[in-house]
Amino acid sequence: MIIETGHFALALALALALMQVVLPFWGARTRDANLMATARPLALTQFALVALAYAALTWAHVVSDFSLVNVIENSHSTKPMIYKISGVWGNHEGSMMLWALILTLSGAAMALFSRAIPPRLLADATSVQGLLSVAFLLFILLTSNPFARIETPPMEGNDLNPILQDPGLAIHPPLLYLGYVGFSIVFSLAAGALISGRTDAAFARFIRPWTLAAWIFLTLGIAMGSYWAYYTLGWGGFWFWDPVENASLLPWLSGTALLHSASVMEKRESLKVWTIFLAILTFSLSLLGTFLVRSGVLTSVHSFASDPTRGLFILGILVLFIGGALFLFMLRAPTLTGGGLFAPISREGFLVVNNLLLTAACAAVFIGTLYPLALEAWNGSKITVGAPFFNLTFGPLFAPILLLAPLGQLLAWKRADLLGAAQRLWFVAALGLVAMLGFYAAQGGPVIAVIGAGVAIYLMTASFVEIWGRVFPQGFRKRANAFGRLAGLPLSAWGAALAHAGLGVTLLGLAATGWGVEKITKVQKGETYQVGPYALQATSIEAAEGPNYREAIVHMTISRDGKEVAKFDPSKRFFKTRQMATSQAGIVTLNLGQVYVAVAEQSADGAFDARMYWKPFVSLIWLGALVMSFGGALSLADRRLRVGVARRAKILASAQPAE
Amino acid sequence: MTRKQKRLTLIGSAVGVLALAVGLILFALRDNVVFFYGPGELVEKHVGAGTRLRIGGLVKTGTLVHLEGKSVKFEVTDGKADVPVTYTGLLPDLFKEGQGVVAEGALDTAGVFKADSILAKHDERYMPREVADALKKQGVWQEGGAAAQPAKNAGAAQ
Repeated sequence: MIIETGHFALALALALALMQVVLPFWGARTRDANLMATARPLALTQFALVALAYAALTWAHVVSDFSLVNVIENSHSTKPMIYKISGVWGNHEGSMMLWALILTLSGAAMALFSRAIPPRLLADATSVQGLLSVAFLLFILLTSNPFARIETPPMEGNDLNPILQDPGLAIHPPLLYLGYVGFSIVFSLAAGALISGRTDAAFARFIRPWTLAAWIFLTLGIAMGSYWAYYTLGWGGFWFWDPVENASLLPWLSGTALLHSASVMEKRESLKVWTIFLAILTFSLSLLGTFLVRSGVLTSVHSFASDPTRGLFILGILVLFIGGALFLFMLRAPTLTGGGLFAPISREGFLVVNNLLLTAACAAVFIGTLYPLALEAWNGSKITVGAPFFNLTFGPLFAPILLLAPLGQLLAWKRADLLGAAQRLWFVAALGLVAMLGFYAAQGGPVIAVIGAGVAIYLMTASFVEIWGRVFPQGFRKRANAFGRLAGLPLSAWGAALAHAGLGVTLLGLAATGWGVEKITKVQKGETYQVGPYALQATSIEAAEGPNYREAIVHMTISRDGKEVAKFDPSKRFFKTRQMATSQAGIVTLNLGQVYVAVAEQSADGAFDARMYWKPFVSLIWLGALVMSFGGALSLADRRLRVGVARRAKILASAQPAE
Repeated sequence: MTRKQKRLTLIGSAVGVLALAVGLILFALRDNVVFFYGPGELVEKHVGAGTRLRIGGLVKTGTLVHLEGKSVKFEVTDGKADVPVTYTGLLPDLFKEGQGVVAEGALDTAGVFKADSILAKHDERYMPREVADALKKQGVWQEGGAAAQPAKNAGAAQ
């Protein structure tokens, strides 16, 4: 009964979504405030219904209701509870349910927190958001019904893919989807603005908080996915330029460009057409990512649970929304008046350079990801575009951003003094060079690592030069009231500085991979192995029994200069139901670096083959992403933004006849 | 700066970045693309020694031999041709005889494929699409139980 209720709720949500497409849109055309006001209750009820359906599906997984095909295929009664709950989205149907849940959540959030937005624009935007709901709810109900029953339920299920039985599954997909789908709000607002013809500077203010929020989640989601791949695949790699990973990087790159171009539109009424284009592009790339992952067109480490028969439906959704939005864009773009040109040496000039480089990098990743598919469709040859391609194209296009970002922060709007800004950076630039020499003396090693690490130090420190200049405008010696100025700094200044510095932190982690040590060896009880500065000893080997797997555990101690610093237990798990083995890598973080051991099959003499790594500073790769997201969160919390919106809202509200 | 100069700078830098991107992409695509072949195609096309490529098929049952150190030798088959492969390193968790495999490397002059990476990205229900396609082309889908289950999945791919 609970299952049928869930199924019914989903269908009902579809009906409401259809109403949400029609009613507010009609209201906006006829200037009927009551019709436009239906958007909010419709969006909220829709979210409640999808949440109910989602809860019903979760219930089926929790109680192991094996009359559901979805539960049979992806669950097992002995599976730990956390994976029964997170396993809901560990398969195609459930993952689309999570997508729909977050999509309707975004719709509800937009309806709730957008009092500042002019009612007609909001009505058109909610109507577009409704159309998105219609498309995805139809997709679920017609092609991916998670509530499908089976006549003769089996006693036991097939269990979830063991690689997915990991806390990473509980965290990564929801964060990633919040990012992906969060951009739907920005998309809907852009489409709404194009329909209603309201594309002034205020538009940049409306989309900024939503863009920022989606960007924060996407950053966290990508970082979490990368860390999950790092510790679960057992190869010590954290980014494979796999199409599925690229699919999440594409909207991140264009979303980052959007954040920066929106600030130009807001401050200078310029780059309007470009900003709206980016708003459409970013969510289009999210949709493309969903298509690539969910349609199964890719060969990829992530393609566990894909079914290509659904590909055409998603392709249809893709064409409808991207095509429709671009068509609207084509109709309206010529009518948008630009805010005039500006001097190349100015903050907005540098933000344009930022946008050019980010979109070019995005295009390189896009081509590298889709070229093999296009070629196969064209003449049937199968090719792989791997890391060398992306290093050669993405690297040179992204590298200038790392050097220029701090400079851009120091330039004033309209007209700036490039030489003056560069002079303020000479000290940190010198610091970066000294750091390079220091790293070379301490670690030696590949030149690219040394240069990368030096640039990272420069970026981390240079990002705060702007704040330094605002706290000590007349130099450090005349520091009266410095504390007052420090306290008076807006949060968004800290946000920008931290986000840029976080990029530097990640860069340092990436550069330091050049100094990593790898050892592949046979592990035997009692033996000691030297990996980088650490000595690893296998103290004992133990066989254990988990809830749904058998496990062979190697207990190891790590010591440095004869002193024991840590213990850890890498292991090998064997899952009975799926006849599949996974490596549980042993990872210990020491001084920001990590000792990483993954064991392979046990041979007849009881020894294990193992990969052992010492990866200096590797944790910075993901800590940097945390710092970036924290910077984003600080900007989002900046009162000025919200106050600005509210004040504008009052002006607009008084100009509008009714709400 | 006049209006015209400003516009020229903007267009100039956009064209510059675009040209750089296109140049890099074309250059990288020329040298960093790896083709994929099944064993049958590999024999047919007479791919020269030293060319980097990927091959995919089933690990032929009974051919896996552990050599000195971490080296292994096995044959990859699609039912039409068999290609001997050597590899030094740890095999992935999912590597098994009778299962799908993708190997990246190059042929040596003796016709042995020297792999430097082995991908076995599948469970018992999923096999690399490249392998499934190559095997289906050769019509060896119903060969033995190992291929029967993946056949269902790959069939849906069309």
